[in-house]
Amino acid sequence: MSAALVPLAPLLLVAATAGLVILLDLLPPREGKGHLGIVALAGIVAALLAALSLWGREGRAFGGMLLLDNFALFLDVVICYAAALVLLLSMDYLRRNGIETGEYYILVLLATLGMMLMAQAADLIVIFLALELMSLCLYVLAGFFRGLAAAESSMKYFLLGAFATGFFVYGIALIYGATGTTALDRIAVASGGLRGDPLLLIGFGLLLVGFGFKISSVPFHMWVPDVYEGAPTSVAALIATGSKAAGFAALLRVLFSAFKVAQPDWTLLLWVVAVLTMTVGNVVAIAQSNLKRMLAYSSVAHVGYMLVGVVAGGALGAGGVLFYLLMYTFTTVGAFGVILLLERGRREAVELDDYAGLAARHPVLALTLALFLLSLIGIPPTAGFAGKFYLFGAAVRSGYIWLAIIAVLNSAVAAYYYLRVVVYMYMRESEGVPTEPAPSFAGRLALGIALWGVFQLGLMPAPVLDLARAAVAPLLR
Amino acid sequence: MTFLPVLGAVILALLPRRRAALVRWFAFLVAAATFAVSLLLYTGFDAASADYQFPERLPWMPSFGISYHLGIDGISLLLVLLTTFLSPLALLSSWRAVEDRVKEFSISMLLLETGMLGVFVSLDLFLFYIFWEAMLIPMYLIIGVWGGPARIYAAIKFILYTLTGSVLMLVAILALYFQHGAATGTYTFDLPVLARYVVPGGAQVWLFLAFAVAFAIKVPMFPFHTWLPDAHVEAPTAGSVILAGVLLKMGTYGFLRFCLPLFPQASLAFVPWIFLLSLVGIVYGAWVSMVQPDLKKLVAYSSVSHLGFVMLGLFTLTPQGIVGGIIQMVNHGLSTGALFLMVGILYERRHTRLIADLGGLWKTIPAFSVLFMIVSLSSLGLPGLNGFVGEFLILVGAFAWASGQPAAAPLAYLVPVLATSGIVFAAVYMLWMYQRVCFGEITNEANRGLPDLTGREWAVLLPVLLFIVWIGVYPRPFTGMTEASVQALIAQVQSKAAVAAVGVGTR
Repeated sequence: MSAALVPLAPLLLVAATAGLVILLDLLPPREGKGHLGIVALAGIVAALLAALSLWGREGRAFGGMLLLDNFALFLDVVICYAAALVLLLSMDYLRRNGIETGEYYILVLLATLGMMLMAQAADLIVIFLALELMSLCLYVLAGFFRGLAAAESSMKYFLLGAFATGFFVYGIALIYGATGTTALDRIAVASGGLRGDPLLLIGFGLLLVGFGFKISSVPFHMWVPDVYEGAPTSVAALIATGSKAAGFAALLRVLFSAFKVAQPDWTLLLWVVAVLTMTVGNVVAIAQSNLKRMLAYSSVAHVGYMLVGVVAGGALGAGGVLFYLLMYTFTTVGAFGVILLLERGRREAVELDDYAGLAARHPVLALTLALFLLSLIGIPPTAGFAGKFYLFGAAVRSGYIWLAIIAVLNSAVAAYYYLRVVVYMYMRESEGVPTEPAPSFAGRLALGIALWGVFQLGLMPAPVLDLARAAVAPLLR
Repeated sequence: MTFLPVLGAVILALLPRRRAALVRWFAFLVAAATFAVSLLLYTGFDAASADYQFPERLPWMPSFGISYHLGIDGISLLLVLLTTFLSPLALLSSWRAVEDRVKEFSISMLLLETGMLGVFVSLDLFLFYIFWEAMLIPMYLIIGVWGGPARIYAAIKFILYTLTGSVLMLVAILALYFQHGAATGTYTFDLPVLARYVVPGGAQVWLFLAFAVAFAIKVPMFPFHTWLPDAHVEAPTAGSVILAGVLLKMGTYGFLRFCLPLFPQASLAFVPWIFLLSLVGIVYGAWVSMVQPDLKKLVAYSSVSHLGFVMLGLFTLTPQGIVGGIIQMVNHGLSTGALFLMVGILYERRHTRLIADLGGLWKTIPAFSVLFMIVSLSSLGLPGLNGFVGEFLILVGAFAWASGQPAAAPLAYLVPVLATSGIVFAAVYMLWMYQRVCFGEITNEANRGLPDLTGREWAVLLPVLLFIVWIGVYPRPFTGMTEASVQALIAQVQSKAAVAAVGVGTR
């Protein structure tokens, strides 16, 4: 590999694996594509290791369109973890539901490629291309079940996503018109002399709308519950974690490097958005009886918490967001993973009733889900607590005391609906057909890894947070 | 020592589920071993010193100034002992009451014990908060899984109340951390270091309020007490014992350990309000107790009243008042714990807790009735038993405080006078309850032929009674342990308040 390509190693590994899986898919056997999952997983793990080994390197490629820094590497790691866990969960799940095809693995790989590209993009055009690559794959994946709900899920995701893309491109066009460039660092230079320029302001606003859709912040969150509900649970987990990490990667880079001068303006705007996002997410989640919808609204609420970190800014705020993304990946993939393993009479156990009395029959699985939910609430010593502690700590440090107070009260509200699942599992008796877990070694392995992550980050958060703070250092220069 | 119960819980998780007897014995022995270890703390404790003793300190997140810092002083020593003392008894008491999922129950109890011990021995605010929060979950499960008919409602109410309070405290902890860091240059969560820093006036009030709300919910002070009767009534006996015996003390301990030394000026400013709420709690708790038809509810509301006394004693900021408050925390843990144990014993026999269904028990189960009498008398503060010592010291403290307030002379004396009325009401509701339960003719045929106390029940109750009498007759071994720390605390509060007052004066 030539030296110029070294910064791209993680990306190239994923791309090469995708190509390999496409080729292998053409070869026999026609049925049973499980081996493709293992190949895809190996590729992702290789990319993960590559990203870890490149830590500390800096570089650019393709004339500055792509760059490699610790920030990109940290997010590459987050995204690879998300993709690897989702692949592990998918293997038996697809077979069980009769949708095991090579395309699934190819699309997951390409979506992952798009996400990592977003983390490494240094130019609005590349961000746009990466966003499209990721989104198009996810649109298809969301409809993989071929039912009515899946079609609705896919269609809704596609239409709203396409709209968002429209806003995004228009924003890029206006910014280009105002500054004459699409490279983030040159926008930063140009926008210094353009404070209050309407063209730039509108372009920036439209860009934020596009990001709002992708990270599902209020008021652009409407698609989330339907998409999560109709999509295969493994895909919902990928959308909730990987695509969000990618969205935040690009958002943080755009905000902190390209539009640094406008920080007071967007801080105020995002303050309001953060409050709305977490409050709406938590309040609506209370009313859900379907676990996938509940996790969908809860994911909206968690975006609100992460926006608190963005508002707070600084190494602690932005680093806190990165830490939160990593912990959220472990926790959420874990929670979706338990749902995905459980079946009640030939269908997936997604209703609260399906969880009644689970602890009596499957204590280990129930405890696992309970621990993930506790982490989502933010009860120590799980990772969720450490994540919230850093984010809210950053808010307090930057003087946003009220924002921190609203955020912690929101976490208390959230405790209600997460604990309701625990109530069903531990304190109710089951009726009718029992809910049983599907036998899946890969699935259990994924849950084990996620649980390890939740406790590793919960008990020893400091080393990872120090890495996260180091990762945002290049942005804040 | 703190993590001995966790270790036990881990081993317990590996034991076979079907061997319930083995699980019970093992859990009990772990808790008993923890108590034995904690006795070493007592014998090794230097009562003359006000410093934190048996310190353990390891860096945990050095970049944040968070360390694993444990230590105990005279204030926490007695509470640690109370926790380790009550936990094995609570486990022993539930051998018949908890029949299903014994293993999970025992694990929850042991985890709970670690959480409580952690709260009392942490000297790092971050660590303290972790234990404080982590302890909620086992208690939530104990109420929600092994509780009475309305257990789910009670469990959710318990956790939402306490969680709301404690997340506000988290913001306050963070604010204190950054303020201290900005002012002194060292960012740390270490309590002894933070306690040396005088928080500026306005911020101090807000921080005090955030901490105070979290602790007041836990105590619980009027008007934050509504979760308590629900939680107590629905919790299984062992849960009630721990809840009343130890959990409530975490609130009062929090005031003593954090609010007073960290925010002395604000604490002093809020003394009238604390007194008002404490008095309302004392009188209201007593009145409401009087009309309860359910034994457990009666004891629960009496806790509101007793904890009002504790708060009153602590905020007199006199040596007598604070020592009395600490002793009263222990007393309440023993007396109310014993009351809940005995109500539980009664419930196992009669499957009712309604006073109206009982009566004439003296004739059928005399040994039970005698012990119940002693415990009731200790709860209402009969001289010679433990309750008297605590309440007496608190009232002495309150009078001392009142005599130090010449500006509000007649009004200030209302505080001890009203508090004393609480003791009178306590006598009314306890004795009246006792009379209806144990004396009179047997009105309900189901009360005939009840078996008296078993050997295991004697084993649970006798140690508690031993301490009830011991503290009542000769409290010196207990009060002596606390005095040096209390003196140091008062000196610290006054000097810091004086510094702050000078600061305000020169501005």
